[in-house]
Amino acid sequence: METLKKTCLYDKHLQLGAKMEEFAGYEMPIVYDSIKNEHLAVRNNVGMFDVSHMGEIIVKGTDALEFVEKIFTNKVQTLEDGQVAYGMMLYENGTVVDDLLVYRLNSEYFLLVVNASNVAKDYTWIVENSTDFDVLVQNVSDDYQEIAVQGPNAENVIAMALGIDLSQLRFFYFANYEYLQHHLIISRTGYTGEDGFEIYASAEAIREIWDKLMEHDVVPCGLGSRDTLRFEAALPLYGHEISQDITPLEAGLKFFVKLDTDIDFLGKQALIKQGDDLTRRVVGIELTEKSIPREGYEVYKDDQIIGYVTTGYLSISIEKPIAMAMINRPHTKKNTEVYVKVRNKMIPGFVRDKKFLEKKYNKTKGA
Amino acid sequence: MSKIVEGLFYSKSHEWVKPLEDDVVLIGITDFAQSELGDVVFVDLPETGDNVSQEDEFGAVESVKAASDLISPVTGEILEVNEELVGDPELLNKNPYENWLLKVKLENPDELGTLLSSEEYADFIK
Repeated sequence: METLKKTCLYDKHLQLGAKMEEFAGYEMPIVYDSIKNEHLAVRNNVGMFDVSHMGEIIVKGTDALEFVEKIFTNKVQTLEDGQVAYGMMLYENGTVVDDLLVYRLNSEYFLLVVNASNVAKDYTWIVENSTDFDVLVQNVSDDYQEIAVQGPNAENVIAMALGIDLSQLRFFYFANYEYLQHHLIISRTGYTGEDGFEIYASAEAIREIWDKLMEHDVVPCGLGSRDTLRFEAALPLYGHEISQDITPLEAGLKFFVKLDTDIDFLGKQALIKQGDDLTRRVVGIELTEKSIPREGYEVYKDDQIIGYVTTGYLSISIEKPIAMAMINRPHTKKNTEVYVKVRNKMIPGFVRDKKFLEKKYNKTKGA
Repeated sequence: MSKIVEGLFYSKSHEWVKPLEDDVVLIGITDFAQSELGDVVFVDLPETGDNVSQEDEFGAVESVKAASDLISPVTGEILEVNEELVGDPELLNKNPYENWLLKVKLENPDELGTLLSSEEYADFIK
């Protein structure tokens, strides 16, 4: 068996008694104490995640702007230096290579933050597509460690614990900071539906920051609660709501795909062709009987299979059995009565929007 | 260390069986099982009057993250279902040996002999 990679916080996870499991080639903490408590800490106070496994790829050079525009679905040209954009990289047929955050340092220097499970594939794909551009593409994943500090008290606790004032940092912007002579990149971003930050730094800096935040009672959170939190915020996860077999339009992520500009990013023509003529789409489903709709469960209309659950839980924050599911049209209309097959029982439910809870992003700072 | 109670019978799928009187037993899940599952949020149980068969699935215990099938350690008729668990599934995390799932009238009491003793179960989960 291949040896699993460890993040720079591995020893700390073991000391805290975390349940460790393989994820994307890393041995990662799934839960420390209770997924429920970790989830609620982020919703109500503040929690932190070791996300050092995430991949970081640098694109720099005179053609960097033009090249990132070619491989990224969201706007890049109007992105300011110091701003972050969420979007996807697509294959020519419109399906998803990966979803990612693009950090614009300047028009000749971009940092791409990609899924851990896709780093190698992404890097190869990016390099392959860069041949006509004057750019240098570097996989710097091993140099960048990362902690996500998420929740309504994230800004306060970072100010108190690290002495860093993030009150002027706007939603989806980043800046450089110093902590004990370490260089940090901090963005007001996250994957929980709450206000929060993602901190990128060296291994040594990340270890010191983690300890300091622990001293200030920030709750360590594992990948278990990371998934329940992103799910309630209806944020997609690669391999579930999006994949190499699913387009952003099918995933309901049209907002992050700029079809109405003159920039011809990879996969754009396929999406224009697909247009509104979708055969299926990711929708929300709520069950009306107590049960839990889990990933992979089949969805039925009468006795006909019309789709499958992509992610589902007995939601911790709203205490309802809800799911995101890939459903064939025309059954995607709101309030369509459906059944989810749970252990050979047909559990009734209905199609609903994916707005399971109000996101509490802080979009008011600075400006 | 997972807690194991002496005098109970255990299955390899982590259920325990506690004999009462007249071939009636209680069935539950072990401390090891609840600890592996994490926060239990839902228990899916059959109904009183249903039958269970040894090594057949009879329901599920679900944590936040995963559903785990319940496998019956014995064969018989369900005399009672612990309804308290349906409303308060986290009781299984708090005290898995007090909070039984089913009360069953054994069809074949000799089946208990096919189960593990507390010592054997302790070895099994080592």
